[in-house]
Parts: sequence; structure tokens; C-alpha cells
Amino acid sequence: MKIAITALAIGLTSASFAHAQTQITGAGSTFAAPIYAKWGDASSSVTGIKLNYQAIGSGAGINQINNRTVDFGASDMPVAADQLETHKLMQFPTVIGGVDIIVNLPGIKPNDLKLTGALLADIYLGKITKWNDPQIAKLNPAVKLPSLAIAPVYRADGSGTTFVFTDYLSMLSTDWKSQVGSSTSVKWAAGTGAKGSDGVSGTVHNIKGGIGYVESAYAEMNHLTTTQLQNNAGKFVSPSMDSYKAAAASADWSSVKNFAIDLNNQPGDASWPIESATFVLLPTDPKDPNHSAAVKKFFDWGFAHGNDIATQLLYIPLPATVQNAVRAVWQKEVPGTM
Amino acid sequence: MQQAIAASPAVQPRHRRYDVGDAIFALLARSSGAFVLVLLGSLILSLFVGGLPAFRHFGLGFVFSTDWDPVKQIFGAAVSVYGTLITSVLALMLAVPLAFGIAFYLTELAPEWLRRPVGTSIELLAAVPSIIYGMWGFFVIVPIMSQYIQPFVIDRLDGIPVLQDLFAGPPFGTGILTASIILAVMVIPFIAATMRDVFDTVPAVFKESAYGLGCTTWEVMRSIVLPYTRASVVGGIMLGLGRALGETMAVTFVIGNTDRISSSLFGPGNTIASIVALEFPESPAGSLKLSSLLALGFILFVISFIVLAISRILLKPRLKVG
Repeated sequence: MKIAITALAIGLTSASFAHAQTQITGAGSTFAAPIYAKWGDASSSVTGIKLNYQAIGSGAGINQINNRTVDFGASDMPVAADQLETHKLMQFPTVIGGVDIIVNLPGIKPNDLKLTGALLADIYLGKITKWNDPQIAKLNPAVKLPSLAIAPVYRADGSGTTFVFTDYLSMLSTDWKSQVGSSTSVKWAAGTGAKGSDGVSGTVHNIKGGIGYVESAYAEMNHLTTTQLQNNAGKFVSPSMDSYKAAAASADWSSVKNFAIDLNNQPGDASWPIESATFVLLPTDPKDPNHSAAVKKFFDWGFAHGNDIATQLLYIPLPATVQNAVRAVWQKEVPGTM
Repeated sequence: MQQAIAASPAVQPRHRRYDVGDAIFALLARSSGAFVLVLLGSLILSLFVGGLPAFRHFGLGFVFSTDWDPVKQIFGAAVSVYGTLITSVLALMLAVPLAFGIAFYLTELAPEWLRRPVGTSIELLAAVPSIIYGMWGFFVIVPIMSQYIQPFVIDRLDGIPVLQDLFAGPPFGTGILTASIILAVMVIPFIAATMRDVFDTVPAVFKESAYGLGCTTWEVMRSIVLPYTRASVVGGIMLGLGRALGETMAVTFVIGNTDRISSSLFGPGNTIASIVALEFPESPAGSLKLSSLLALGFILFVISFIVLAISRILLKPRLKVG
């Protein structure tokens, strides 16, 4: 298997080596693929770096960088410190994305409905099964809730989005934490699975009473019916660029090692409670320091000039202080001068 | 021409060259045959070796455990094995009568000018990529199931024992039955095309004799055509079953992808092929999860092998009689 993937990676790399530019290869996160592709297009004429990125999933991306078949790996889930140590990797965040809750309820408009993390956990545990449940009704006195069965929909494929969502539920519900836990795929107690964000939103769209979770960019572009959520400060917030940014800004990035921060349920009155950074993994012992230098140069360009592109694609750029902290660690840990 | 004439005095060396050619060709043919065996063997072996850590860790319980919990690292095959078998069997139950009807109509009843276009469309249907069936199922069949068929059936069967449990649950639209319907649609062309081809191989003189004795079309079909083609018909059905067992993309779209065994046919489930496709990209190398997925692949291999073996056994006595 490893050999097959390696062979494929080599094949893909060598096929596009015809250019005189520096070619860098990356693999992993599907969530971050659009922004890396856009940054690649926009920067290649300036930096002379051509990015070949394969969106094969975070787990596969980690495998590839562990085997050193690509120049960098990309993961939606921070890699544990001991794993970074074993495989001689340096980890840094690139952009941030939120996760929105979407529903399909007749007569209910986007951000009409208010939910809490504990309620979401009970819904996905199969404990709350009707939309007119007193617990939901209590939060939403102004909304006329139908007597519909709740149909929870989740990502059937292993996904960083599922990790962020289940991690959030674990924080807010002890039952969830003990019975299900958080991972890229979990043992769901209720509901049905669908493949990919489009599968989740399509299934929610098909079923009256459906509820699901998707990346914020996906919800926004497809004008899905999102909900408000209660944040750490007890306030109900609507998903928006401002609330995502508020959460990223109020996080204490210096408190964690390897930038492995958990952006879920951050303090702040305006903070959106479910969001996460996406990460890049760079070898600290690169086979070819020139390639590592090119990768650093690429993301340096992204940090310096790519924030507008990120915002257009509905990602949240990293706070400037975090970008500078990343640059400092590059200098220290990853060989190759930019 | 000129060359042939010029070469004719030297017949002897040319013969020898043919001998060399024959030898090379025989070698190539033989190694092609051996290649199939080596390929199959190495596939089974690599799946088994890859799945070995899972078999070691969970023991035989792996096959019978209904747990699939990636957080606690507990994996079992029962849910996806059940899903694979039930969807394939249901699909065949739906597909075989329909395919038989199609083949019967095309070979015995359809007017001559219609046989070709209908026959060609069946072959075209067999060539449609499975992802297309998946999308069609998800965007067309699933909404119909969830908005019309499932609420109606759940409503009507409420209160009838057994049936109310068999068709229960929220009308997600996706689930075991929807997956079986899509699978049936996918295997019908295979089975129908095989049946039509073999029905056509029945010598006209047999059928004409029967008609001459006053048989009806159905009697000719039942007493002449089916007995004559039984082996190939079963072969065609097995071909369909083989495709249904291993079908991945189309099933993944519509089965609901849930690692629970549901007593309801409307309930979501999972198949071996779809769980492997869904979980593979997020399984780190060397993890128990990846090993469990490879072990599932091995089990699917074994199931297909058993199906093939059963079909051979079923065919054998009849072949002797025939």
C-alpha cells in the first residue's frame, strides 16, 4: 500500500517537473484545499513556486509526510506532540474555519433558531427526538416549533469537520464525552450518515426536521439555514465572519505547544463556539532544504498577501501575532533559508 | 507476394522460425495464465497480512462484533457484513424477476424492430459508471423515498406485527432498502443481458418442436428454454451478485452509512465496500483502524469466494442431468 501511494506521488510529481520553477508538493486536508490552490495560483508569478497539492484527506496527508513522499502534509486535526517528535515534524496553522449548524424546518429562516452545545449533544445522542421538545421550546419562545421528528445527519466519511464538531460536543456534554468522544469518525448513537459536506447538506435538505453540521464556507456559499449557538460567555451568536474572527482573536495561542490550539468554545461575548485551525506539517530534517525553504516562502506569501483571498473564500486568516510566531519557529526549527 | 516467392526455396528455416514463435507464444500464454493466479494469490495475501493485526487483536470476535468505535479503537465486522449480504440479497430478489421479464420479452415476445434498440439500451445501462447511479439515487430516488414512499408505508403498516418493525424509523430516504433498489437497478442490465444472450442460444428446432406440440409461449420458456440454459442463467445471476457485493460508490451515497444493525429495512446501515471507501483516507498507516479495514477487505474476498463456490455446487448436479 505504502509503495503504491509512494509510486503515485512520485508519478504525479515528476510529471509536472517540466517547469523551470520550483515545484513543491503537499497532500492532506480537503478542507484547506481551495485556499492552498488559490494561494498557489496567485503567488506563483511572484515567488516562482509552483504548488502541487493533493486533497486526499488529513489522515492520508499525515501518512504521506511521515513517509516523506511530499514536501508538506496538511491536517485539520493537530498532530500530537509525541507524534511530531517521532516523525521529526514541525506543525503550524495556516487558516481558520468555522463549523455551522444547519436545519430544515418549515417556516424557520436562517439564524432564527437558538441552540446550545448541550442540546446538540442530546440531539445527536438520540435523547431529544422532537423539535417541539420543551428544552428547545424554552430557548425559542418566539419561534413556532413543529411537532417533527429530529433527523440528525452526520459526516459518514472520516473528516476533520467531524473532529471539530465532536470535540465541541465533548466540551459541552459529559455524556457525549463518556459515551462517544471526539475523532474524525465516531460511533454515532442516532441519525444517518452522508458523504461529504454536500452529502450532509443534501440529506438535511431532503428531510423535514433534519439537522446537520458543515464548514462555514460551505453553509454560506449554499445559503443554508444556519442556527444561532450559545457561546462560552452564555450569549447567543449567529455564524458570521465577525463571530469567527472574534473567537480566533480571543484564543490564547501562547498557552499551547506546537500551535495545537483548540478554538472550540473560546471566551468572548461575540465568539462563535465551533471553529478550528487547519495545520501544515513540515519535516525538521528535510531531504532537500531547498524544498522546505520554498514551502516556507509559499506560506509566508500566504500570510503576507493572502489574507484577502482567504476572506473571499470565507476562511478566517490567522491573527498577525500568530503568523509572526509561526515565522519565528520556521526560522528556528526548519532548515532552508527563504 | 514477391517476398513469399523469394523466400520459398528456404522453407526449412522459416519452419524453424515458426517453432520459435510458437514457443514464445506458448510461454506468453502460459505466463498470462499464471499471472492471474499470482495476482489473485498476492491480493489475498496482502489483504490478509494487512488485516492480521486486527484479527490478532480482536480474535474471531472481529467477525461477529457489531461494535465500530474509532474513538475507543474497537472494531467489528458484523454490521458491514450484514449490510453487504442483506443489500445484495434484496437487490437480487428485486432484480432477477425483472431481468427475467426483460430477457423473456426481448427473446420471445418483442417485435423484431424493437429488440435491437432495447437490447442496446440494456448494454448501455450496464456501462453507466456506478457513481452516476449513486448521484441519481441520492438526488432522485432518496427524496422520493423520504417524502412519499417511506411516510406512506410507515403510516399504513403501523400496528401490523412484524411488518411495522420491518418498515419503521424516521423517513431518511436513505437506508438498506434504498441501497438495495439502487443495486437492483445496477445489476438488472448484467443479468438481463446474460439471460437474453443465453436464451438466444437455444436451437430454434427445439422451440419449434414444442410449439408444434401445442405448447404456449410460457410452456416453451419453462420446459425448453430455461432447462437448456439453466447453468448460464445462474451464472448471470452470480455475476450480478458479485457486482452487488462489491459495489461501493452508489451504495455509499444512499445507504445512510451507520454502524448499527437496524431491524427496519428503512434504517440506515453500512456495507464493507462503503465503510472501507469512507474510512480509508482518515486511517493512519500502522493503525488498528487501517488494519481492521484491510481485514474487512479480506472478509469480502472470502464472502465472494463462498458465493462463487456455492454457485458451482448448485450448478454441478444439474449440469450432469442437463
